[in-house]
Amino acid sequence: MAPEAVKSRYCLPAGMPMPDPARSASFHHGFWEAARRHELVVQRCRSCATFQFGPEEICHHCHGFDLYWDRVEPSGRIYSWERIWHPSFPVLKEACPYLVVLIELPQAGGTRMMGNLLGDARRDPPIGGKVDAVFEDHEEGFTLVQWRLTD
Amino acid sequence: MASDALTIKDKAAIVGLGETKYYKRGGAPQSEFRLACEAIMKAADDAGIAVTDIDGLASYADDRNEPIRMASALGLPELRLSNIFWSGGGGGVAGAVGNAAAAIAAGYAKYVCVFRSLAQGQFFRFGAAPAPKSVTGNAMYTLPYGMGTAAQMIALRTRRFMYENQVRQDTMAAVAMASYYHAQFNPRAVMYGRPLTREQYDNSRWIVEPFHLYDCCMENDGAAAVIMTSAERARDLKHKPAYVMAAAQGSSFRQGASAHNSPDYGTSNFKTLAPRLYEMAGITPADVDVAQCYENFTGAVVMAMVEHGFCAPEEVNDFCRFDNLTWPDGKLPINTSGGNLAECYVHGMELVLEAARQVRGTSTCQVRDCEVSLVVAGPAVPLVSDLILHG
Repeated sequence: MAPEAVKSRYCLPAGMPMPDPARSASFHHGFWEAARRHELVVQRCRSCATFQFGPEEICHHCHGFDLYWDRVEPSGRIYSWERIWHPSFPVLKEACPYLVVLIELPQAGGTRMMGNLLGDARRDPPIGGKVDAVFEDHEEGFTLVQWRLTD
Repeated sequence: MASDALTIKDKAAIVGLGETKYYKRGGAPQSEFRLACEAIMKAADDAGIAVTDIDGLASYADDRNEPIRMASALGLPELRLSNIFWSGGGGGVAGAVGNAAAAIAAGYAKYVCVFRSLAQGQFFRFGAAPAPKSVTGNAMYTLPYGMGTAAQMIALRTRRFMYENQVRQDTMAAVAMASYYHAQFNPRAVMYGRPLTREQYDNSRWIVEPFHLYDCCMENDGAAAVIMTSAERARDLKHKPAYVMAAAQGSSFRQGASAHNSPDYGTSNFKTLAPRLYEMAGITPADVDVAQCYENFTGAVVMAMVEHGFCAPEEVNDFCRFDNLTWPDGKLPINTSGGNLAECYVHGMELVLEAARQVRGTSTCQVRDCEVSLVVAGPAVPLVSDLILHG
């Protein structure tokens, strides 16, 4: 494999902070386990069916504590975006500029998730544009949910 | 307003102002604690009281200089109020003043000092997020994607607001240029003698689109403090009191939902708070003579202008023009000392001092016949606050 290909295996360089669900509260675990299986899940209340994200210990709508992870279609729409030029970590210096997108999931009550938009970072993404999730497996044993504009 | 309505209108006043010399980040030869001591002593002197008359201390934004250390170091005979406004940011500055006013009205203390001290040279830099090996909890949904600084968080909200209301870059440029323009009259300002042209703004590097370098607050060392007391005591002191006409703090529905899930997103988070503020003051936005609007980032100021009723969202490009926002002839001069962008980033405490100066008639960009002086704290963060002072 060419060195360039190794470098571009992940959207952002190695050395970025890694998600550590094992050391997080248990209500976070399901999301990361699903991502590892290349499934997109959103927390949902068994009592009133409300979706919520990020996960919490209690349903903000009916105050039920019986929450679960519901598998949803791994796609969404761009709700907002930004192009980051100033590296907030030294490791990001070579990655700038990169795109961060906020994705709305209409199929999950309009909850939102963040990620990087794959592709040309110098092109302005269209707000409202349809995107699909891309599951980015890291060798350290976690999977990030990234996004790509639907063809 | 009904007599049983909750109000602190005209029950307390700002009577003393004190600040240290303002420095670029890392420029202060003193420690953060010493800067705080100096600002407090100056504020007491300005009020014409002894430092030892202070019996209450209040701050915000996790200020590191705890009241108990301060009270012991200054030898205060009795501390009756030790108060901090919860939350990590500048959204608390007007709230800290509001808390102090409430404590005074309730009889907890006679002379409360509200202070904030920042030595970003001595301690960590805001905006330069630490690079941990791993993250837990809510940060897992943002930080691994290279998203986590205040600029990055507010840029994303701003982009949505710009999309919904067709806001132009010119509108944010006008906010930055207004602060720099006013700083040119203010010898205290770190950017005194360093005016900003539109060309410099346009040519400055992007931090995170849509924010150029000049859309972002500075990093500074400095401290500022005010002395507050009851309206009755205020009348007998040295300076014209700046009475608290209204104060409000809080947050709208699920603005703290993690991973950027607040249902109302392209917002400065003042939609429920500003109406409460004006109701308490018994005024309308048209009555405001001058505003100090916390510039964490210019985009948040633009959203706050709309949510404080100065213009409709579709009018914001027209309202936020340099001519409209600047002293002496603008419709609403904002950030008349230079504010967070060009005077000194003391986490907005410098804005409270400037708002009080406008009421006293001592600003370096003094608005004619200024009666009503507004402070907007920390727009677009999850917990925000507001303050109105009057003469």
